[in-house]
Amino acid sequence: MTRNPQLNANGELTHLLTLEGLPADVIRSILDTAEPFASISEREVKKVPLLRGKAVFNLFFENSTRTRTTFEIAAKRLSADVINLNIGVSSTSKGETLLDTVDNLVAMNADMFVVRHAQSGAPHLIAAHLNHHRQTHVHVVNAGDGRHAHPTQGLLDLYTIRHYKRDFSNLTVGIVGDVLHSRVARSLIHGLTALGTPEVRVIGPRTLMPARVEAMGVRVFTDMNAGLAGCDVVVMLRLQSERMKGALLPSPGEYFKHYGLTQHKLAVAKPDVIVMHPGPMNRGVEIDSAVADGERSVILPQVTFGIAVRMAVMSIISGN
Amino acid sequence: MKIEIKNGRVIDPAQGIDRVTSLFIAAGKIAAIGTAPPGWHAHRAIDARGLVVCPGLIDCSARLREPGFEYKATLESEMEAAVAGGVTSLACPPDTDPPLDEPGLVEMLKHRARLSNRAHVYPIGALTVKLAGTTLTEMSELAEAGCVAFSHADVPLVDTQLLFRAMQYAATFDHRVWLRPQDPHLGKGGVAHDGEVATRLGLPAIPAVAETIALATIFALIRETRVNVHLCRLSTAEGVAMVRAAKQEGLRVTCDVAVHHLHLCDADIGWFDAQMHVAPPFRGTRDRAALRAGLIDGTIDVICSDHTPVDDDGKQLPFAEAEPGVTGLELLLPLTLKWAAEERIGLPAALAKITRAPASLLGIDAGTLATGHPADVCVFDPSAQWIVDRSSLKSQGKNTPFLGLEVPGRVKYTLIEGALAGAVVPASANA
Repeated sequence: MTRNPQLNANGELTHLLTLEGLPADVIRSILDTAEPFASISEREVKKVPLLRGKAVFNLFFENSTRTRTTFEIAAKRLSADVINLNIGVSSTSKGETLLDTVDNLVAMNADMFVVRHAQSGAPHLIAAHLNHHRQTHVHVVNAGDGRHAHPTQGLLDLYTIRHYKRDFSNLTVGIVGDVLHSRVARSLIHGLTALGTPEVRVIGPRTLMPARVEAMGVRVFTDMNAGLAGCDVVVMLRLQSERMKGALLPSPGEYFKHYGLTQHKLAVAKPDVIVMHPGPMNRGVEIDSAVADGERSVILPQVTFGIAVRMAVMSIISGN
Repeated sequence: MKIEIKNGRVIDPAQGIDRVTSLFIAAGKIAAIGTAPPGWHAHRAIDARGLVVCPGLIDCSARLREPGFEYKATLESEMEAAVAGGVTSLACPPDTDPPLDEPGLVEMLKHRARLSNRAHVYPIGALTVKLAGTTLTEMSELAEAGCVAFSHADVPLVDTQLLFRAMQYAATFDHRVWLRPQDPHLGKGGVAHDGEVATRLGLPAIPAVAETIALATIFALIRETRVNVHLCRLSTAEGVAMVRAAKQEGLRVTCDVAVHHLHLCDADIGWFDAQMHVAPPFRGTRDRAALRAGLIDGTIDVICSDHTPVDDDGKQLPFAEAEPGVTGLELLLPLTLKWAAEERIGLPAALAKITRAPASLLGIDAGTLATGHPADVCVFDPSAQWIVDRSSLKSQGKNTPFLGLEVPGRVKYTLIEGALAGAVVPASANA
């Protein structure tokens, strides 16, 4: 296999494409870097000059207001100039290829691309292209590619877990729902295993489990009750509406019956369990409002931490 | 023109010949092996000391991209690639644009190929009009125009009733039907083997059952129709086992494997290397081992290149959007030799898979050095190692996962009907 394309020859992070293969030390240093950024966000003047004069392009080939906004806030708090491009409705519809778009933006002196794309591997393609053309001063952050990875979400999930649980070495984490299509689940699994989490579970119906997922270091549960038993952390995955009715699942109602998180189902987890969700939530489909808004939920703190974590990632890959 | 190829190791699997001797060629045909014919006087002698002299290779799946995809490759570029690869006959699938579904197109292709004065081209006709899966083509007309078999290429044939009827119709006139076994529904949208690599990378997957279900359907329909079927591009261990059982049962089936499937598996996708996007997908190591074993025990009859030149733009895309396929005409011999060396298989048995066996599959007068047959000959240096790079490939498509790999076997001369089709490479180059 080729060298991990997100690390340079010195093993430093120059792009963030996936958490797979990232050394635990690198992950920990990102989380550590995020800690002071979290407090900056609470100050009256929420800016530091780390990326002053840098141009960050939000390159979104797939719509996402939420993720784009958090990246935009993170970049602005680092004093970068942020340019939002909603490519889905501009150049590719004129026949320009992905790499043409990238080359044009590099010619406009972009310093960083935050990329969201419907195809798994698109950010890798961009990073490999930039590396190949020795544009090593331009950095790529994967903001979600197909089913493959969403590494900043994975990192903010790790940050959240560390914030509440301190240590990964005796945790049981249950990830519930559409693992098959979930880049959030994949990134979190890589991050948790890298940090030495002893038990990572994936819980859901067989139609939403990818083949040989246990090779990623997880235990597979189809029974929600068995899967949640003893969990310290429960991560609910979003179920896309087009997958609620059809060949994968018969109906949102039946899904909720088996896998929707209720206070009752959560009772088998540890008393101090935390409940997470990457958002946006489908209340009443994957999670009951009583849980989402309940005392075990850390869903809103996740969003806050997400900005700090993205600031940390952007500042580290820029060489700060 | 009389040519004598001297002192080479002459290997003709069809005749069971493997010895150092001379080959005599006259009037485009093999005149003799070993002893010169009476009154022999050569116009040209080729010293083949240290080289292997074998029948010209036959590639049962090579896309020339004409008509319709000339920006990916042209007949000229790919025929040159064939010569460079020692390939003297090739069959091309019907997935051109328009598809090879009417005699005029087939005649034009044959005519253009003849003008190029290189490899013999044997078109595979489309099984249905426009490969749309609704109307049968005029198979008899197409056969008269030069089609040696009928297939649906890689285009899914969704309607099983139509497949049944196509097989019945082909059986009526004893046409061969070539099918790539992949269930259209289970294969839908997939780009990688349904295993841990696709799971890790989040790539839409094609399960092995897509192949086995299609095979079960095809075998059931063969039992009904008695049609002669060739199975293209086997990819799974389970598929190999099913073909083995079908042959033991006595069904009229043959099958092939693409040479790259003998060497690569899904783990080689690495970080989304679009050169690894092929159809069918690279599967697991167990599958690769089963394909190799199937070749050795005769379950798999033929090795082909499945040559598919793709332009750089077609590969510079996210994995799933990249066009599947690899360029292969020039790597058929080296990769077959590499497989044979790794499996400790003798050259005659290995070369049979790319000479005698595909000749018999295509039903053509080729693939042998027997006296009186066309002098299509490949002369190669079995010990020359060379590194595959873009500049060493004549094909317009530079899309191969083997770039940078050192491979054995360098073609020195390719003769087509007794004529040298261009000395291929200077002996010193890249050796």
